[in-house]
Amino acid sequence: MTLETTACLSAYMVLAYLGGAFAALLPLRSGLTRALTAGGAIAGAGAGIALAARVLIAGEPFALTVPALLTVGGGVALRLDGLGAFFLLLIGVVAAPAALYGVGYSAAYAGRYSLRWLGAMLNLFLLTMSLVVLADNVLTFLLTWEAMSLASYFLVMTEHERDDTVAAGGWYLAMTHVGLALILVAFVLLSPAGGGGGFADLRAAAATLSPALRGVVFVLAVLGFGSKAGLVPLHVWLPRAHPAAPSHVSALMSGAMVKLGVYGILRVALDLLGVGPAWWGALLIGLGAASALVGVLYALTEDDLKRLLAYSSVENVGLVFIGVGAGLLFASLGEPAAATLALAAALYHALNHGVFKALLFLGAGAVAHATGSRDMNRLGGLIGRLPWTAACFLVGALAIGGLPPFNGFVSEWLLFQSLLPAIGSGAPLVAPVMTLAVGALALTAGLAAAAFVKAFGITFLALPRSDEARAAHEAPVTMRVAMVVLAALCALLGLGAAFVLPVLGGLLAGHAGLPRVAPALTAGPLLLPPGGGASMSPSLLAIGLLLALAGAWLAVRVGAARGLRVGDTWGCGRIGQTARMEYTSTAYAEPLRRVFAELYRPTEDLTIDVHPESRYFVQSRTYRSEIVPWFERYVYAPLVRWVAAGAAHTRAIQSGSAHAYLAYLVVALLALLAISLAWSASL
Amino acid sequence: MTGWAIEIAQAALVLALAPGLVGVVRWLKARLQSRRGAPPWQPYYELRKLFGKDVIVSSNASWLFRLAPYVVFASTAAAACLVPSLAVTRPLDAVGDLLVLVYLLLLGTVFLSLAGLDPGSAFGGMGSSREMTVAALAEPTVALAIFALALSAGSTNLGQIVGRTLADPAAALSPGHLLAFAALFVVMLAETGRLPVDNPATHLELTMIHEAMVLEYSGRYLALIEWAAALKLLVFFALLGNLFVPWGVAAVAAPAPLALALGSLLVKLAVIAVVVAVLETRVAKLRLFRVPELLSVSFVLALLAVTSSFLGR
Repeated sequence: MTLETTACLSAYMVLAYLGGAFAALLPLRSGLTRALTAGGAIAGAGAGIALAARVLIAGEPFALTVPALLTVGGGVALRLDGLGAFFLLLIGVVAAPAALYGVGYSAAYAGRYSLRWLGAMLNLFLLTMSLVVLADNVLTFLLTWEAMSLASYFLVMTEHERDDTVAAGGWYLAMTHVGLALILVAFVLLSPAGGGGGFADLRAAAATLSPALRGVVFVLAVLGFGSKAGLVPLHVWLPRAHPAAPSHVSALMSGAMVKLGVYGILRVALDLLGVGPAWWGALLIGLGAASALVGVLYALTEDDLKRLLAYSSVENVGLVFIGVGAGLLFASLGEPAAATLALAAALYHALNHGVFKALLFLGAGAVAHATGSRDMNRLGGLIGRLPWTAACFLVGALAIGGLPPFNGFVSEWLLFQSLLPAIGSGAPLVAPVMTLAVGALALTAGLAAAAFVKAFGITFLALPRSDEARAAHEAPVTMRVAMVVLAALCALLGLGAAFVLPVLGGLLAGHAGLPRVAPALTAGPLLLPPGGGASMSPSLLAIGLLLALAGAWLAVRVGAARGLRVGDTWGCGRIGQTARMEYTSTAYAEPLRRVFAELYRPTEDLTIDVHPESRYFVQSRTYRSEIVPWFERYVYAPLVRWVAAGAAHTRAIQSGSAHAYLAYLVVALLALLAISLAWSASL
Repeated sequence: MTGWAIEIAQAALVLALAPGLVGVVRWLKARLQSRRGAPPWQPYYELRKLFGKDVIVSSNASWLFRLAPYVVFASTAAAACLVPSLAVTRPLDAVGDLLVLVYLLLLGTVFLSLAGLDPGSAFGGMGSSREMTVAALAEPTVALAIFALALSAGSTNLGQIVGRTLADPAAALSPGHLLAFAALFVVMLAETGRLPVDNPATHLELTMIHEAMVLEYSGRYLALIEWAAALKLLVFFALLGNLFVPWGVAAVAAPAPLALALGSLLVKLAVIAVVVAVLETRVAKLRLFRVPELLSVSFVLALLAVTSSFLGR
């Protein structure tokens, strides 16, 4: 393999995205603008996938430095190692179907919102996301990171005439900038005294830092990147921003961008800082378990389909972080094989979540496109009207529920297996931490299955609950193709686990605390976690399931009566059935809402309006129930109050006079000069 | 080759035995309640009758309703193939471990719950919602009980768990194993819809779970679902019997040990059937919202099992 090929591919990727962005801005017909937007994005994603695949297969990183492009801070430095290539692959795999889907989905925006702006921002968003994983110095990283955040902010604001969109954008912008500030501080602390912002310099400098300072850098990175990833308690923007964005953008944000928070933490903890103390891993496991449980519990009671998916992203990011935390913990305990397995499981789950969550968001988008509603209590019965969407959404729901033989099952199984050796570990606090992690993981898996039975069952099955749902129509062909591609990937990533896992092990090899040569994680079609005797084969399992299915079908076909009559649903003798007799989304979650009442603290308000003559004749009844949004009410509301109060005080210096502002500038400059003089004198 | 022959024989055996096991439990319950009861082989007649009847499908139901019985049956049958009912070392042992078995059963549960929602009846939705509630709350107990077993066996593979206990008989009486057994026993009651969680004997109780979900099914579809439910009961009985009291399971593939394995399997199933029948006669059904308390008790048992397995290492 030559440097030229990879360099060409990376240039091609950048040019394709830029071309897509530029072409989208041209004053063309709406259909052409949509097609060109998707064309640029798909070409860029394809080049990104090819580049990532080359790096992953060859095992050699690709590097490119353009010092002349930005002279301060070492110029633009790009480098793609295995870790970056994996995330580039993830971005490409999600981006191509999402862009294709956008062609059909954004047709409804023509004449209402700016398609040119949407197309340009979509391509810039994909470009900056791809460049984040390529960045090899602090300046490049921070610039692309911020550009990515801003591009995604503009995409969230696409439907800017809606009030909730504006509010969601505000939350997102605030959270992402708090994150950026923390990341900035982490990098400043990590930068060597002699200057040099390249990641290689940081890596060398990290070895000389005191343990306390390394710990501070780690915590800052966890908080900073965690705000992007949606770790509890920094997750509050996700359930707002993801539903507000156009559905293919939600798919990209939830499927790909959120994972870059995981990438950032891995880059800092695994690559730059090196092996840390055990509490790093324990901290991530704790945050991950909390995110998983909080995410799935809120997803369960959610009636808005896209908000449910957004909360479920919080849950899945939590699962990924349990794996990452276990990996860091094992690395610090000196168990490299177990660390490799845990990190590979985390990466696998990140990839899988990218695929099935993108699929589910696209499915939810198709539902919203067809009915104009995301409220599951107004949907239902769509399986007959949107057969393609329903089948694809079912695959996504089974995959995210961790059911065999789809991809979510494989990565959850690997996560379980990666926690197993820890229980036998000799280190004192490890066993309880891991035992609780196993319990949290299992509860999360069970509740996620319940949440997605609800999401699919209430949305697509039974009778339609509104006129919109009754009049629904199937999505256009571009949207259907995108969903089918992702559904096929859900199956392939599950069945082909024996091919995927060694690649993940290989890209992790050589990182701090991990073995130089990856341990064997597979044997033929079997997945074989190192150490334990456990094994599993998703492909053979799928074959067995299909055989059993075919056997049962044939036996019934041959041996049983074949008559089939269509009748009414049994209703204890009453005639006629209406959608009001069905279970709703709220009703479906009611038993679990009661079980976890301590968390939800539901407030219920039932008003019954009776006839003046007799209280036995009910004229109307209204029922309203809400659950306590703990984080918003008890964490963010006070915070917002303090910030607002502080801002009111600083208003005093904002006089509006240009002379005063110039004076501030001069004073600030002089103060900085004085400080830096004093600093250099003291050294 | 003998390995595969044993696999096929074992699969055929559990498929054939499952309805009989349900019949035995029903017959024992009837005897304990001073009723004559139907003979233990009654479920076979019921299955034959159901397979011979036409099905009636609700006009609201979709293709999922007609697919679900096959998925439920296939996933339960696949799970049953993973259980070491007769022999310890088998070719299928490497294909899936105890976690895979649990997830295969969950696949069946999910499809049945979806099928419960499909015809749009309030009963189906109620059963579906409750079934998923119980399944979700049982999951952590199952996982922790598996880990307690894996901790002493060093693996979650079923053959290895059985083999390790056979090699070290004292492990079967360790507190970790006993507590894990108790935890899994409670989960078994919940997952297979037995008293005090669900009542398998009635269609007409408002607190019902499983029977409410399958209310719309008839004919061959109902037969498949009933057979799968019986198979699930047998899977749990066989797991409780062979994982915790593994003696009798054939370590080598020879006729005499296999015959012994068959005999011991029947004895273990009969013993657990008696325990369940006595329990179902003695206890009343819990209110639905008391079920989580029962499941949290089993969770604590499983937690204690892991702890004591850890301390006992």
